[in-house]
Amino acid sequence: MADFLFELRCEEIPARMQKSARAGLEKLFRRELGDAGVEVGDVTVWSTPRRLALIARSLPTETEAVREEAKGPPVGAPDQAVDGFCRKNGIERGSLEVCEVKGRETYFAVIEKPGQQVADLLAEAIPEIIRAFSWPKSMRWGAASIRSESLKWVRPLSGIVALLDGAVVPCEVDGIASGRETRGHRFHGTRKSDPKSRNFGIPIEFFKDKNPTVVNENGMIEIASADDYARKLADAHVIVNHEAREDEIRIGAAAAAKMAGLTLVEDEGLVIENAGLTEWPVPLLGRFDESFLDVPPEVIQLTARVNQKYFVCEDADGKLANAFVCTANIDAVDPAVVVDGNRKVLAARLADARFFWELDQKTTLAEHAKGLERITFHEKLGTVADKVERVAKLARWLCEEGIVKGDADLAEQAAKLCKADLVTEMVGEFPELQGLMGGYYARAEGLPDEVADAIRDHYKPGGQSDEVPTAPVTVAVSLADKLDTIAVFFGIDQKPTGSKDPFALRRAALGSIEIVHRSALRLPLTEAVRGALAIEAGQSMDDAATHKLDRVAVEILDFFADRLKVQQREAGVRHDLIDAVFALGGEDDLVRLLARVKALQSFVGTEDGANLLAGYKRAANILKKEDWSEVGKKQLSYTPEKAEKALIDALDAAEPRAVAAIEAEDFAAAMAALASLRAPIDTFFDEVTVNDKDGDKRAARLDLLSRFRDAVHRVADFSRIEG
Amino acid sequence: MDRNPTKSFQDMILALHDFWSARGCLILQPYDMRMGAGTFHTATTLRALGPEPWNAAFVQPCRRPTDGRYGENPNRLQHYYQYQVILKPSPSDIQELYLGSLEAIGIDPLKHDIRFVEDDWESPTLGAWGLGWEIWCDGMEVTQFTYFQQMGGFDCKPVAGELTYGLERLAMYIQGVDSVYDLDFNGRGVSYGDVFLENEKQMSKWNFEVAETDTLFDLFNKAEAECRNALASAVPIAAYEQAVEASHIFNLLQARGVISVQERASYMGRVRDLARSSCETYAEQMAPQWTEKFPGWSLV
Repeated sequence: MADFLFELRCEEIPARMQKSARAGLEKLFRRELGDAGVEVGDVTVWSTPRRLALIARSLPTETEAVREEAKGPPVGAPDQAVDGFCRKNGIERGSLEVCEVKGRETYFAVIEKPGQQVADLLAEAIPEIIRAFSWPKSMRWGAASIRSESLKWVRPLSGIVALLDGAVVPCEVDGIASGRETRGHRFHGTRKSDPKSRNFGIPIEFFKDKNPTVVNENGMIEIASADDYARKLADAHVIVNHEAREDEIRIGAAAAAKMAGLTLVEDEGLVIENAGLTEWPVPLLGRFDESFLDVPPEVIQLTARVNQKYFVCEDADGKLANAFVCTANIDAVDPAVVVDGNRKVLAARLADARFFWELDQKTTLAEHAKGLERITFHEKLGTVADKVERVAKLARWLCEEGIVKGDADLAEQAAKLCKADLVTEMVGEFPELQGLMGGYYARAEGLPDEVADAIRDHYKPGGQSDEVPTAPVTVAVSLADKLDTIAVFFGIDQKPTGSKDPFALRRAALGSIEIVHRSALRLPLTEAVRGALAIEAGQSMDDAATHKLDRVAVEILDFFADRLKVQQREAGVRHDLIDAVFALGGEDDLVRLLARVKALQSFVGTEDGANLLAGYKRAANILKKEDWSEVGKKQLSYTPEKAEKALIDALDAAEPRAVAAIEAEDFAAAMAALASLRAPIDTFFDEVTVNDKDGDKRAARLDLLSRFRDAVHRVADFSRIEG
Repeated sequence: MDRNPTKSFQDMILALHDFWSARGCLILQPYDMRMGAGTFHTATTLRALGPEPWNAAFVQPCRRPTDGRYGENPNRLQHYYQYQVILKPSPSDIQELYLGSLEAIGIDPLKHDIRFVEDDWESPTLGAWGLGWEIWCDGMEVTQFTYFQQMGGFDCKPVAGELTYGLERLAMYIQGVDSVYDLDFNGRGVSYGDVFLENEKQMSKWNFEVAETDTLFDLFNKAEAECRNALASAVPIAAYEQAVEASHIFNLLQARGVISVQERASYMGRVRDLARSSCETYAEQMAPQWTEKFPGWSLV
């Protein structure tokens, strides 16, 4: 058994690519060695900005010999067939063996593959791995790039370490030969690191080596084997294990904040990104001018994070503090110098942000909103200003109709201003602050809180875990915005297909469903959608009823049904039950629909429900087989049998109960009415022959089953229910 | 008096010239036209094409009309300097060379945190793209580092490495001043503001308020026509100059705020056509010479 160390050293790999590069390296390694017949066990993969490393433990030193037998034609087959078989297996005719198969003498080709040295297989696999490696973007470089087909890598590849049990696995790719030398830290690499300077994350064992790392005359360090690799690099100021660097940053940044009496605002994305930018991470805390705290905290945090990759901190009250934590890649001679440089950069960024913040406020949102006339929403759907007008009308309608219990004037006002921040400088700089900035600006100019909140939150919910708005004015604007988007894009036939949803209509539908659900809004979806389409066509909401785009409205309802199924799946609601209720048609009130679905779900879970479903299916099958569609409540020409009479009586009693319950939206009671049919239908099937010789009886009984089916359908289309 | 790149803007430039000259670069002078970036200098764009080795360094004044702030913003200028180094083929120690140049102007990498942060470059106008980094010094971007992969729509064979230093920014950092106008220009008390403040005020006003837009539209159309004329007559370098001119006139029109969002894309497309056609024609015209000198080499 042997341990293999493989390092690919190159110029700085983008931080965002390192995770998938590690996975890609392991996958390719396993694939190449697997194909060569080498059993690969435990593999560890590490990355730094300047290297990818892989350690495979306990590889065999050679592969097992393999004997393969291929069955050929029978003895006596035409020469052509025998020769073809020999060619295919690459052996001479004279080497064929003959065995008896089912009484026939048959040729066999026996191929003996001797065991191979794993070192040799690795030497072949390494160039393959490098050439097959897939980076999101790769490049050519250097003198070799005079040929188009020169090696491509994420950035110039500069070295390969390949050691099997300490012996170099000799190989070469595009002029880069494997060896045992690597480089330490770019700036610290030739000086031995001081364990005392490390406080966190990295195990102290790294530094207990009695033999200091040898840096040769080329400034390179020599690796003996997989066992000393990480330790020698650590001595040369490289923590090669990315997880150790992440710990270092996580713990170090938190400690730096704590020392300053603050709390770090945790940000795992930043931890990973900074670990991908450093080989020797040193978190350092700095302060910025307190006066910048006038700028909204989200802006400061975003400026620090996006532009500079800094953490921010909070004070004891949970308020953003005037401090940042940057992650240096050196043990600086004087860390204060590094901190001060970073402080200056952040100050210039924050000065820009404050400039935008102040400049934006010199203009009212209403004035900003005029700029929306210059922004195209979609080439076929006009400008964002047009959209805003539509949203304002729809939001007003939602309030006036009492669907949303909010003030119609405030909803209209908020809707008219909700996109105004798109033309502000701040949102131009940080698009992710859309909504939030509008909310700040609205409050700053003294608009009512309801309006400011609605502007701030109207994009919500953005994702599954996002907060769902409940404030009525916000609900009106948010819902109107989403319904408008869905309606108008469906109106121009821009529906999501497969994985393509360029206008995020699925998210808009899901968001609408969540809003409706959370506030239990009684929203007539068809009417709202038709209204949105009418507004888009330049008509008033009153024209909605006469609007011609029925087809679109139906498509949208189906689309919502699909989204509802997706959304409710997580809540454990069965999609077939949603179908069963949707299939009845005419139900576009999501709250009522879900209430009915939930009642149905608990009903079919009961013994009564399951049996009624069985009875229903039996009845439906008979009707289908007989192609019976008549519905009857006719006078009988004969005296019904007892069970038959019982079913008639049960239906007479249950039907009005079910109807009344559904009207009262008491779906549990509707289910109870259905449950009362269970025993009579079971007995009916036990005791009554439907297919009677007497034609009248047969017809009457089929009518009765048909009536039973219809009664069940008042509650849900049971044919859609699975099981 | 000895040079002191840490106390004098011009000494910093001279130190860079010394450094790159000693490493085999031609020290060129700025291109004598208004342009938005050093990359537009023919020593970069056109010389990035073809197989011949090419190593050059130069200062290029850059004009960004919309960045003008009437001399009131300490960090933003409508006219500033870039220091460009172009090394073809990209040497294997190009990063070390670059870091050496930082040390030459007084930036010690054990005192300052130098980082290579992913930043890819693309210029649809030039039909060009490359991969590289922005280089951070204590969190501040001081240089763009790009391995050109394509130029004028052609693969760069071989690849050139391009370094673009933002000189004012770098000097502000080294001299420790917070306003560009406070930079010591010559180490003897003449400030950057003494040299350029009035220029920034007047040029900002002209860029944003004064420039006659009809004249600019006219100039744009004429540059476009002249570019086509030059292309038709097989003088692509002259055509390229007109493309650069059109690009700058377009930037001025932008600053005057007379190009709508819809028109913007169309103007950019026109500039792109000019620049790409010029680069393409240049490359196609030169290709036979290049192949003759480098047998086996081909443009595509």
